[in-house]
Amino acid sequence: MPLNVTPNFYEPGKHYVRSYSPGDDFYECLIETHRDLTDAESAMVNARLILLLANHIGDLSVIREALAAARENA
Amino acid sequence: MLSTYTYPKYRYTRPPELQSADIRRVPLIVVGGGPVGLAAAIDARLQGLPVVLLDDDDTVSVGSRGVCYAKRSLEILDQLGIADRVVEKGVSWNVGRTFFRESEVFSFNLLPEPDHKQPGMVNLQQYYLEEYLVTRAEELGVELRWKNTVTAIQAAPDGVRLSVQTRDGDYNIDADWLIAADGAKSLLRREMGLEAEGTVFQDHFLIADIVMKADFPAERWFWFDPPFHRHQSALLHKQADHVWRLDFQLGWDADPVEEKKLENVLPRIMAMLGDEREFELEWVSVYTFQCRRMHEFRHDRVLFIGDAAHQVSPFGARGANSGIQDANNLIWKLKLVIEEKAPERLLDSFSIERVAAADENLLNSTRSTDFITPKSSTSKLFRNAVLSLAQYHPFARALVNSGRLSVPTYLTDTGLNTPDDAGFDHGMSPGAPMDDAPVSVEGQPSWLLNEVGGNFHLLYFGLTMEIPKAMVNLLTSLAQDSIPVITLLIISPDTATTPEKGSETLRVLVDIKGVMSTRYAAKPGTVYLIRPDQHVAARWRQPDVDQIRAAVARATCND
Repeated sequence: MPLNVTPNFYEPGKHYVRSYSPGDDFYECLIETHRDLTDAESAMVNARLILLLANHIGDLSVIREALAAARENA
Repeated sequence: MLSTYTYPKYRYTRPPELQSADIRRVPLIVVGGGPVGLAAAIDARLQGLPVVLLDDDDTVSVGSRGVCYAKRSLEILDQLGIADRVVEKGVSWNVGRTFFRESEVFSFNLLPEPDHKQPGMVNLQQYYLEEYLVTRAEELGVELRWKNTVTAIQAAPDGVRLSVQTRDGDYNIDADWLIAADGAKSLLRREMGLEAEGTVFQDHFLIADIVMKADFPAERWFWFDPPFHRHQSALLHKQADHVWRLDFQLGWDADPVEEKKLENVLPRIMAMLGDEREFELEWVSVYTFQCRRMHEFRHDRVLFIGDAAHQVSPFGARGANSGIQDANNLIWKLKLVIEEKAPERLLDSFSIERVAAADENLLNSTRSTDFITPKSSTSKLFRNAVLSLAQYHPFARALVNSGRLSVPTYLTDTGLNTPDDAGFDHGMSPGAPMDDAPVSVEGQPSWLLNEVGGNFHLLYFGLTMEIPKAMVNLLTSLAQDSIPVITLLIISPDTATTPEKGSETLRVLVDIKGVMSTRYAAKPGTVYLIRPDQHVAARWRQPDVDQIRAAVARATCND
């Protein structure tokens, strides 16, 4: 399965009236996770997060694609 | 500065109370002649309630202020009788462009769904909206008292006493009910010792309205960190009369007094326009904003609406738009309570429903604000990462948040709805704001939302089926109830079997394009109960009349 770059956030069992809501829910969670952390602490949280999510995805072809997309125009 | 607009000056008249020591008692007073207070007063007149409106000024909004009016507001303004003027004078727009640094990252098109009477969004200076509302209020006999400044309130469980100051002296007036629409700095809220809780956002914004003949399209342009205004955001938007709204984020350290000076404003504008084109400045303001709301909007006989009850950041146009919906939610309930057809606790549902709406608006506008003005370096890093991916990847575009534009709240968690029986999916579920649809009535084209509102209505989808006469008689009998329910029979085009019109109260709507049946997931026999504010209260596949009466009772706290 190729890397999915279309909007893909959802919560099982939840009905959304507005299409932007699940993405905004995610983004708020993400920023909230970093609240009151120093920049160094945030960088560590981000690194751990990448490792956790990468393991969850597992499929190295997808991960390679994501790594390349993230690095593009860096 | 130039002015494209001539401010009307409304006539102050000496209040009759000054002649007498007796204190007059009236059923309903509205305090505040902004868009929200005026909308409430007009709606009250349309519901047959006498209403006195007190305002401390004698003209309309100074400066353009609230600019974007969303479809739901236009639908409500249509009920009030002024939407045509607003749409005609205003600028309709659909396209928004988002820029990050030097380049455009993406554009969106609101692409309003076809077959709605009102457009998705109209930009119009607030003073025009207020002028049209005042004219309408005068037509309908609202007792408008300009330059009548409320200085104190004594609130009791069964009414209020206001102290009012005029140039000719002070007087007291009593009211059974008071609608507080006196704005963000509400004196009534303060005098009653009530608070609006929330946060002040630590940022300043500069608004400049300029007049120019520009061939820029009527689009919303939003910049993150543009070359002409580094490390901040900026916005360009078109209004009526060749007036353009410019908005510059300034940062918390900015000095509002300095920033308002012409020698500081003009270079910012010239940098944004990027060329030597001529323009004239019409209005400049520096603002900060708060995201907060009162705990409850009803306090016995005092009902808070609009900015007095809740304030949001301007991103998303959720201020005036939500205030107009507050008024629309409140007035039909107030009428039923005043006429003793519903208990006072129906007004608690006004508070519950509009608090839920305020929370939705606060959530969305706070999220937009956090995206536009990140509060930490990590937050800013993520924001810029999203923007840099947005050029290439659709998922990132969906995360770019430069304002989630005002849409009406689904009033789902309210005691007034009757839960669905089996056989319905989501869509127009109980609590949903109604979708419009084209219909025809007696051969004339019309719109669904022009055929309902003000009263409870029943949409009875006969479609192609033969309508049992007994059913027609039962449904039309609902119009004789103490809270009347007016039945509209919806039929498909070319349906031969229209029932005899046995009663004035059975109006037939033809679903000319089939759009209405689709939007309401209707099958022959489907019935919707619609509240006076055009929200769905209940729906069934095959109801009996007792179920309908029970749903009306529930929607009016008579259960």
